Amino acid sequence: MAEFINFYLIPGLVLGSIYALGAIGITMTFGILRFANFAHGETMTLGVYIAWSLVQLTGFKSMVAILLVLMPVSMMLTIMVVLLIDKAFYRPLRASPVIILVIASFGLMLMIRSVTQFSWGVQLKTILPGIQPRMHLFDFFSFPLKHVFIVGGALLLMYAVHYVLTYTKIGKAMRATSDSPELARLTGINTEKVVMATWVMGAGLACAAGVFLAVDTQVDTMMGFKILLPMFAAAILGGVGKPYGAMAGGLVIGVAEELSSYPWLGDGPLLEPGYKQGIAFAIMIAILVWRPTGLFKGKSF
Amino acid sequence: MDPVLYGYMLYGVSLLTVGGMYAILALGLNVQWGFTGLFNAGIAGFFGIGAYTAAILTTNPHTSHIGGFQMPYVVAAIAAMLVAGVIAFLVGKVCLKLRSDYLAIATIGLAEIFRLIVNNETWATNGPRGISQIPRPFEGLPEPINQFAFLGVVLVTLAGVYWLMEIARKSPWGRVMTAIRDNETSAKAAGKNVETFRMEGFVIGCMIMALAGALMAHYLKFVNPQTTDPLLATFIVFVMLVIGGSANNKGAILGAFLVWTLWSASEIVAPRLLEAIGMTDAGIRSAYVRIFLIGLLLQIFLQKNPQGLLPETRPSSPGKNSS
Repeated sequence: MAEFINFYLIPGLVLGSIYALGAIGITMTFGILRFANFAHGETMTLGVYIAWSLVQLTGFKSMVAILLVLMPVSMMLTIMVVLLIDKAFYRPLRASPVIILVIASFGLMLMIRSVTQFSWGVQLKTILPGIQPRMHLFDFFSFPLKHVFIVGGALLLMYAVHYVLTYTKIGKAMRATSDSPELARLTGINTEKVVMATWVMGAGLACAAGVFLAVDTQVDTMMGFKILLPMFAAAILGGVGKPYGAMAGGLVIGVAEELSSYPWLGDGPLLEPGYKQGIAFAIMIAILVWRPTGLFKGKSF
Repeated sequence: MDPVLYGYMLYGVSLLTVGGMYAILALGLNVQWGFTGLFNAGIAGFFGIGAYTAAILTTNPHTSHIGGFQMPYVVAAIAAMLVAGVIAFLVGKVCLKLRSDYLAIATIGLAEIFRLIVNNETWATNGPRGISQIPRPFEGLPEPINQFAFLGVVLVTLAGVYWLMEIARKSPWGRVMTAIRDNETSAKAAGKNVETFRMEGFVIGCMIMALAGALMAHYLKFVNPQTTDPLLATFIVFVMLVIGGSANNKGAILGAFLVWTLWSASEIVAPRLLEAIGMTDAGIRSAYVRIFLIGLLLQIFLQKNPQGLLPETRPSSPGKNSS
């Protein structure tokens, strides 16, 4: 039992919170700008490399300093880059068919990645050097301290998203636009402002999710792309355009991926770890077949 | 013959051979993206399915992967197309009734799953080490006639696919396809079963991509999961089609040869340019510069000239000619 919780459930929750943060941006872009943003994973990677550079620049080595000081700065820098990208590449296509935007984002995925690989190289890097302490609770639970920071930080950011969407004017406008863009325009909502807010929220959270992932594992130019599919799956599972759905979907997929290699039957893992990445795809296909609107009754176009 | 000239000639032959295979891929994508409006982000997956099917069916017995079927090339190519067609049908069943983004997500997922299977099922595919010693048509002929002969195979296949696609485009079937793409509601109102037509377009396109994959496997004589970077292979075909002119079969072929020539030429020029301006690791980094530039080229076309170099020309309707 302890083994199940310590080595399968807790890593699943950690991974799930990371997916959840990333999926919020995907689902909001899908709901408000109406297209599946393939470049979202690369936004995440870019954010991680910005954070890594700041770590090298400042020489900060403690997790608290990295997460509380450098991560917010990297989030802001990532947001600035993404707003520039929107201005140069997405805004001119605002009136084009949605599918043109999907191609543009597909192209930007490769463009952003090539910039990252050009500037920082493809060797693996670490953002948090040294061996991290483990926490022990009641002689039963045992997990790396960093996992507490990741899950705690993710919960805090999710609460911030909840606060913005529920209590601020721009948040309400975002939800309204996601529900019905025409109606939102008719009531005098400034669509361009809502679009900007969507990019700000999506890019900031993507950067945070990436930094959490980098703290948990390593810094790698493919890290964003590797979790793109789970993030899409989380957004679809939760219901497109539904931020709370994306959070729930992210957690479900993260936990499902980790639990898939638990020896449920017999001694070996239920699913070979090599196929772990297939779980998100399988869940996504299942939900598209049986309930395309997702768990939270999102949109199905 | 002068050895320098001989080298250029072989380079030209390989440029045309690979360009021809990309042209077949672009024609396959044109059925989906150009005529039907479907976004297939997993071109590399269907290409890979074709390549692996052909490789397994034509190689000699081997200790580290299944094989030894030693089938004729044509049979293997048809089998490659059938396997891809069945998989495309299953994907289409799930996604085609939803908006195009879902198909894009599902197909990119499928390409990733295919990569996982190829890497993990070593008994069938030899895993990351790949399948080697794949036979190539006419390889027994003396050099360089064998190169020309294989180029002939590619160009004849390309011409055949082009001919069939032109017939399809001008047929009532093709006109329904563009009608659905441009106005789904009115096509539905005219009594057309949109889902069936979309499915046909998607499956046919994927089968053509698998055919290109089979040719590539024979040409390279070797396939492994890294033979083509799945994303780059998918992306470059989109660039070819958008630049050449989507919904125009001639445009697809023009775009394929043009972009492939640019891409290969930049492989030679870019590292030297970077080296000349004193950059370190010019060889490795030039690859990223090239990808960035080809992406930028796509964005420029999407914004300034979405029609491409050869815009779509609609076939004249039969009624118009007779009256």
